[in-house]
Amino acid sequence: MCIIYKCSILSFLRDRFSEYFGLAGREGYGMIRLTDVVKEYPNGTHALNGLSMEIQDGEFVFMVGPSGSGKSTVIKLLIGEIEPTEGRVMVNGFSLRNIKEWQVPHLRRTVGIIFQDFRLIEHKTVYDNMVFAMRAVGAGPKEIKKRIPYCLNLVGLENKSRRLPSELSGGEQQRVAIARALLNNPSTIIADEPTGNLDPARSLEIMRLLERINALGTTVLVVTHEKDLVNRFDKRVVMLERGRVVSDGFGYYGRRAL
Amino acid sequence: MNKHNFFYFIREGAVNMFSHGFMSFAAVGITVACLLIMGTFTLVAVNANAMLADLESKNQMLAFVDKSLSEQEARALEKDILAVDNVTKATFISNEEAAKTFRGKYEDDELFQGLPDDNFRHRYAIDLADIGYMRQTKEALEALPGIGKGNVNAYEDEAAGFITIRNVAGVVCVALIAVLLVVSVFIIANTIKLTTFDRRDEIAIMKMVGATNGFIRWPFVYEGFLLGLFSAVIGFFLQWGLYEAVVRSVATNDTINLITVVPFENMWTYVAAVFAVAGMLIGVGGSLSAIRKFLQV
Repeated sequence: MCIIYKCSILSFLRDRFSEYFGLAGREGYGMIRLTDVVKEYPNGTHALNGLSMEIQDGEFVFMVGPSGSGKSTVIKLLIGEIEPTEGRVMVNGFSLRNIKEWQVPHLRRTVGIIFQDFRLIEHKTVYDNMVFAMRAVGAGPKEIKKRIPYCLNLVGLENKSRRLPSELSGGEQQRVAIARALLNNPSTIIADEPTGNLDPARSLEIMRLLERINALGTTVLVVTHEKDLVNRFDKRVVMLERGRVVSDGFGYYGRRAL
Repeated sequence: MNKHNFFYFIREGAVNMFSHGFMSFAAVGITVACLLIMGTFTLVAVNANAMLADLESKNQMLAFVDKSLSEQEARALEKDILAVDNVTKATFISNEEAAKTFRGKYEDDELFQGLPDDNFRHRYAIDLADIGYMRQTKEALEALPGIGKGNVNAYEDEAAGFITIRNVAGVVCVALIAVLLVVSVFIIANTIKLTTFDRRDEIAIMKMVGATNGFIRWPFVYEGFLLGLFSAVIGFFLQWGLYEAVVRSVATNDTINLITVVPFENMWTYVAAVFAVAGMLIGVGGSLSAIRKFLQV
């Protein structure tokens, strides 16, 4: 009885300590875990209304939903851009409810982010874009020389490293963005509408690439509203509506309503 | 900061400066203009102050020696006078010299030409370190045996006038320089803000991949530092040229050549140091204040 009592005190203290310092032990948590998350913006908009979901280590998950369902808010929460009004958000061992400003860059180094508009620096070559991203996290020249060719090779762009982004197609630019997201060996890749600017063939190509990256052990969360594309993959699909999860299952949009 | 990052920051700062050439040119141009305005105003103030100091030094006191003392005894008072606080120089004027000067002054008036030397007293023309303490010095001199109360002529009203001018000029000078400095920092911060705005996407990408605020700031700090330093160097040489041109025109102009100008050679080290420090502070301060907004991502 005494031992159980002692253990619960210790676990209580550990949880409070972790929460206070914005760090949580990975043990017992998924890579991404949102519990009863409410987000209200200063203008009064309720973006999330008690959203709960969990993504385990190494999973591939599609997050879908109509405009205004809260998908972008979830991404902003996961990368520490905003804080939840209520509830708990855990990402790769970081608790985002009490995360300190200085911890946010460390959280972001564990998450690779891919955007619809690629966000490449136009006046830098593909290689320099990669160097820029590695330098930003304090990588040394040796590490840079080793890691960049590996990542470019992974996305099939090793021969285009000296090109400017404007000299590449949309699909190639998105592959550069994926390579850049992989540079710091993140545990999780979050892709926000990664195929929004691409034709169906290139979109499929990008999804297959993300699938391959997932097969190497990286957790992948893809936010999209492209039904047809989602339905081509037999992956977990989480559907949001009005700031809540309305379905969570495998195969296609809303197969298993909650 | 490790050594890779240090060199990277410097290189990035320099590369950014040249790759955004037009904005850098604008920032340097504005900084130079602000430094020139401030520098010119300060140099005018320095010269005005030097002229005031010169005029102040000509504002002497006269201490009349007791009539009962012989010339030798009167001359012996010099040591006591020099021992009084705030007295820098005491020039003895005998009664004969005083009479001669007086007669010379009124040579057209026969009434004064016949005045005997005995009517005049031995006296000291006294220079003061600070005319602000004229009254205290006068009292101290009047307390000396051999001079006595009421025997010191001090032009207190004139001294008060000089002090007022000096104080007003000092306050106006400091206020104007402070206003110019604030305006300069504001203009430069806005100019650098434009260059930073140009690069907000780069900053957003750096934040997205996990760069710390410190890492993002450093290249901008070096860039601001270099821009400030360039501006200081350009501003210094322009200021020198401008000053020399004014000095030459003052020297050749018959109407204003009575004005004595402090040579630039006497001040160049101060001017260079102030320009360098002000330029770099404005550059770095402007960069830091400009980038702050873009780090909130």
